[in-house]
Amino acid sequence: MTNPATRIGKRFAALKAEGRAGLVTFVTAGDPDLETSREILFGLPGAGADVIEIGMPFSDPMADGPAIQASSLRALKDGMTLKKTLELVTGFRDTDDDTPVVLMGYYNPIYIYGVDDFVADARKAGVDGLIIVDLPPEEVDELWKPARAAGIDFIFLTAPTSDDARLPVIVERASGFVYYVSITGITGTRSADIADVGAALRRIRKHTELPIAVGFGIRTPEQAAEIASVADAAVVGSALVDIIAANLDPGGRPKEGVAEKLLALVSDLAAGIGGAGEKVA
Amino acid sequence: MTKLNTYRAGPDEAGHFGIYGGRFVAETLMPLILEVEKAYTEAKDDPAFWDEFHSQMKHYVGRPSPLYFARRLTEHFGGAKVYFKRDELNHTGAHKINNTIGQILLARRMGKTRVIAETGAGQHGVAAATVCALFDIPCVIYMGETDIERQSPNVFRMKLLGAEVMPVTAGTGTLKDAMNEALRDWVANVDDTFYIIGTVAGPHPYPSMVRDFQAVIGNEVREQMQEAEGRKPDSLVACIGGGSNAMGLFHPFLDDEDVRIIGVEAAGHGIETGEHCASLTGGKPGVLHGNRTYLLQTEDGQIIDGHSISAGLDYPGIGPEHSWLFDNGRVEYVSVTDKEALDAFQLCTKMEGIIPALEPAHALAHVAKIAGGLPKDHLMVMNMCGRGDKDVFTVARLLGIEVSE
Repeated sequence: MTNPATRIGKRFAALKAEGRAGLVTFVTAGDPDLETSREILFGLPGAGADVIEIGMPFSDPMADGPAIQASSLRALKDGMTLKKTLELVTGFRDTDDDTPVVLMGYYNPIYIYGVDDFVADARKAGVDGLIIVDLPPEEVDELWKPARAAGIDFIFLTAPTSDDARLPVIVERASGFVYYVSITGITGTRSADIADVGAALRRIRKHTELPIAVGFGIRTPEQAAEIASVADAAVVGSALVDIIAANLDPGGRPKEGVAEKLLALVSDLAAGIGGAGEKVA
Repeated sequence: MTKLNTYRAGPDEAGHFGIYGGRFVAETLMPLILEVEKAYTEAKDDPAFWDEFHSQMKHYVGRPSPLYFARRLTEHFGGAKVYFKRDELNHTGAHKINNTIGQILLARRMGKTRVIAETGAGQHGVAAATVCALFDIPCVIYMGETDIERQSPNVFRMKLLGAEVMPVTAGTGTLKDAMNEALRDWVANVDDTFYIIGTVAGPHPYPSMVRDFQAVIGNEVREQMQEAEGRKPDSLVACIGGGSNAMGLFHPFLDDEDVRIIGVEAAGHGIETGEHCASLTGGKPGVLHGNRTYLLQTEDGQIIDGHSISAGLDYPGIGPEHSWLFDNGRVEYVSVTDKEALDAFQLCTKMEGIIPALEPAHALAHVAKIAGGLPKDHLMVMNMCGRGDKDVFTVARLLGIEVSE
């Protein structure tokens, strides 16, 4: 069940009331630079993003594909750090107090930052949830316990390989929503068959009442619409990150209008799933 | 140091050595890791599995490798009696084959029909490609583009053996990126693929499984030294990148309190320069590639590439059991620079007629530092874990000699 007291809970309840699925967008903090990243982030709710996932850059994102690894490396090259990522969220919260922000990434930068400091600073910044790719239930407690105590949701990944024995182990600690990775593979590669996704979601719903967001391989408004017909939300990441990669000058600096182009795709995606995004030029 | 009753009981059920080790992988990989663990737990208790392993060790690998008394170097150092464990005489020229034989037998037992592996210097890649040729299993080796350039003879060997070598351009194109890419392949090919990891690192059960296969080294040393000298060695020395040859030599002796154990990391240009591969002496604990262990990293927790003259030691992490043995003090960890290793490489070649790989040349450089100060009845065993054929061009270049490849 969603918790009506949290931004994530409120947002999914509102989506349910509207009778539509949500759009979850992923971009990496600081990609390609802090200023452009801020412009994109601040524009996402207006373009129709219902939940915002922000990638915490990591040098070795082993479960992600080339597009997202490249985005991490662009951000790191420009000097992005976990501290600056949290400051970015703080700035965002000054302009938007409703749209849930979920930080996604790998454990090492958090471990080095210090778990308790990270949880305190993330809460203060207005972070609503965490997806830590390389913390399966077996290893998660050292971050999960303090995060939940601070009221931060912990979103777990489920995959086609998560069987009926594995699912209860995963959803036991889940809150906010559950993320279904629709393919056995890395981000931004292939797309899943909708019938397979539907069957998988029915199986997961036997184990949890939390909303389910589906990601990996969703690139177009049509694919988003298809996923939205069976899921509670569709997650789009690599397709957005690719727009940044395609709009850099030879020195790696963003060309004019990259944020607008990215936000235009977000509003198309939102329109695809019947979202309320305003049309961005 | 805090004394424990045993140093050989780890890991616990979840794969932890103290705070190190574990299973820090994406959920997509968890079912595979659990499947490998279950299969290995069963195989470990099956005498037939070990019979086949030891038969392959004897007839294919050529074990036991000799324990050789290095007479001239012993006289040269003027102290401890220095023995070499000659794992460079194994088929394929290094200790890596001990592990790949073990893992391919497990892969077959699990009914897997495709193998992937990562490689840095190419030694593990060659060892993996070799066992895949032996058992007729398709094999894909991930190798960083930078390493492919540096290690072209090994790339050719792998291809001759029938393996597909996939260049990795992501990240910095080195061993850590090759490992990332192999993990990605595994996530995408969950049903038929077995991942042969090359060292005592990665998610549980790999660190302890690879250790168990490599422990053949230390077990042989115990018997051979008994035969040669009628007692145990007094000290053990081995080089460490990921740490599999060292763990193989050390582990059987961890509870022999009177045996001094020393691991030698690569200090590259010197720890103080920041250009090194000494995860323990120059890094700090973190989480990468499925385990918590000491890592080379920035203040912000980003992984950094190490530097070493030896591509086989060029990994920003180290096996988690080494991290644990470092913290509890059972094993001493020291480091040796490129220059010291290069000197030892030449010394060994000239005085023993053995061209060592640059990896064990690091161990020998430390032996050279301490052997002279030890009594003449001190029995020291150094693991000669690889032969230097692969390194002659690198060494020639560093000595300013032109050799056409």
